[in-house]
Amino acid sequence: MNSLLLDTPATDPRDRGGRNQPLLIARDLLKHFPVSGARGKKVQAVDGVSFTVLKGETLGIVGESGCGKSTLARLLLHLLVPDRGELVFDGDPVNAPHGIAVDALRRQVQMVFQDSHASLNPRMPVRDSVAFGPFVRGTAKPAARVIARDMLKKVGLDPDLFGPRYPHELSGGQKQRVNIARALATGPRMVILDEPVSALDKSIEAQVLNLLRALKRQFNLTYLFISHDLNVVRHISDRVLVMYLGRVVEIGPAEAVFERPQHPYTQALLASRPSLDPARRILEPPITGDPPNPIDPPAGCRFHTRCPFAEMVCETTDPAPVAAPELSSHVASCHLRDPLSGHSRLGRA
Amino acid sequence: MPDTLALDDSAPTFDEQLPPAIRVRGYWQSVLYRLRHDPVTLCFGAIVLLIVLAAVFAPLVAPFDPYKESIIGRLKPFGWRGHLLGTDELGRDMLSRLFYGARISLLMGIVPVATAALIGGALGVVGGFAGGRTNTAIMRTMDVFYAFPSVLLAVAVAGAMGGGIGNGMLALTLVFIPPMCRVVETATTQLRALDFIEAARASGASTVTIIRYHVLGNVLGPAFIYASSLISVSILLASGLSFLGLGVQPPAADWGLMLSTLRQSIYVVPLVCALPGMAIFVTSICCNLVSDGLRAAMDVRM
Repeated sequence: MNSLLLDTPATDPRDRGGRNQPLLIARDLLKHFPVSGARGKKVQAVDGVSFTVLKGETLGIVGESGCGKSTLARLLLHLLVPDRGELVFDGDPVNAPHGIAVDALRRQVQMVFQDSHASLNPRMPVRDSVAFGPFVRGTAKPAARVIARDMLKKVGLDPDLFGPRYPHELSGGQKQRVNIARALATGPRMVILDEPVSALDKSIEAQVLNLLRALKRQFNLTYLFISHDLNVVRHISDRVLVMYLGRVVEIGPAEAVFERPQHPYTQALLASRPSLDPARRILEPPITGDPPNPIDPPAGCRFHTRCPFAEMVCETTDPAPVAAPELSSHVASCHLRDPLSGHSRLGRA
Repeated sequence: MPDTLALDDSAPTFDEQLPPAIRVRGYWQSVLYRLRHDPVTLCFGAIVLLIVLAAVFAPLVAPFDPYKESIIGRLKPFGWRGHLLGTDELGRDMLSRLFYGARISLLMGIVPVATAALIGGALGVVGGFAGGRTNTAIMRTMDVFYAFPSVLLAVAVAGAMGGGIGNGMLALTLVFIPPMCRVVETATTQLRALDFIEAARASGASTVTIIRYHVLGNVLGPAFIYASSLISVSILLASGLSFLGLGVQPPAADWGLMLSTLRQSIYVVPLVCALPGMAIFVTSICCNLVSDGLRAAMDVRM
């Protein structure tokens, strides 16, 4: 899985900072949506999220429905403008003086949406949907069509057979392949995959995941892979970021996060996966209740209302991110891991 | 973990690669296909086409001069001295006047609807796509026009500006802008929430480009269907305006005006006097039925 260090992909001419500079840095991103009808109330969809995406990696983002994953994806492309926070793409601050413009960012970052049907124009043959990106970027129509043919081939669809078809004439898997072709047609360096396989059945899901992996190698891409399916994320990610109610609770290498989860929420998420082994069946639900309302999230640690280890300090103080003792790249925001927090069960769980 | 899949440029490797079960047919092709297999719509469409042809070629097909009056030949029944459909109260040939009247009726039916579709459609797309305050401003203005019954609004506008074809068409255009705007605004608002608009924005397209390539094509269908249903309403309203003396002025041949001037003679030659009304009725009902057929043909799940 971590083939990242083994093969040395050709350097991209657009690469500015070299291999060690993160491709994307998000600092303290914040997006609150006003609630219509309730003056002053806001849905805290993304509330101070910071992370980095390294060149050539796949960063998986997991979390329950409504934790802000899709909002975060749209913030990264400036499809939604963040209320606060900073994005740095390959060393250039996005939408800042002396930085990179949003338009230029969108030349290098593309997105695949969850709803494969809604993300294709129903009145456009799919080859035109794929050709639209290059066309908008100044390629002449015939040349854009050639690119579209090529991209459809690369995602495993015969351009003569499927190109002239309309979205409603394709299956879910085929539509998602078209969407991947559409995202790659402009030659991005990074692709945000917002639940790309959640709407597909299992057999097609595996095909699309393998396709994504093959394309990543072929085009030297960086992926941000958003999903609520833990197994899929583990299968495809190099590193994993766990979100809860608009905040990052844990981030680290996939292996470490899945084998030695540091945050009680991550532990509960992992424990809630159905087991195929009857000896390891889940007897008690590891996590109960619904996530709190993001309009009025709990103070302190946002997970304290559902956390089995919650104490006074969790209700009052925001936990700071703390690196795991054995692996500095594995960071969790939990008082249990912070020697300075004063939590009575420090280091437990 | 090894990749279970090796891709190369030449050979697609998926077993989904079956030949298409159905013939690939574009949207407009499938609409045409449905229309061709709808005899009712085709039949009424043919009648509308005949009326249009009669209007366009009125000087060629009219047997008499529609403005030639005759003292002795007033209010004659069908077939009198070659006047197939009789004569009116000034001795003018009814058939010729009906042909020429079709010109004005169709003009008053189509031009206001087309103008309103352009203006209302543009406002609707802008409002629907911009959303927020722009949308509120546009739609609330439209609501003000909605507060008046359409007939009353047309009569009021035409009455305030005086009679004549131009003012009549202007009045009708104003009547049809709000409903056109609302239909297009609704369609655009529904579209705007879809991911493919966001995907287009993510690929760097400007708002104008997105509207041109992604919004207009999807809004055209509903707008066209609705506009075609307005044509018969427009013909009826135009006839009503002429009947009230607010539209076309005499001696011009217009169905509404003819109906108005002939109504005193209903007991002398009842059939002749009913002719303009029948022309209005047949034209508007045929337009309506064609519009219904179009809606059925264009209502394809996409």
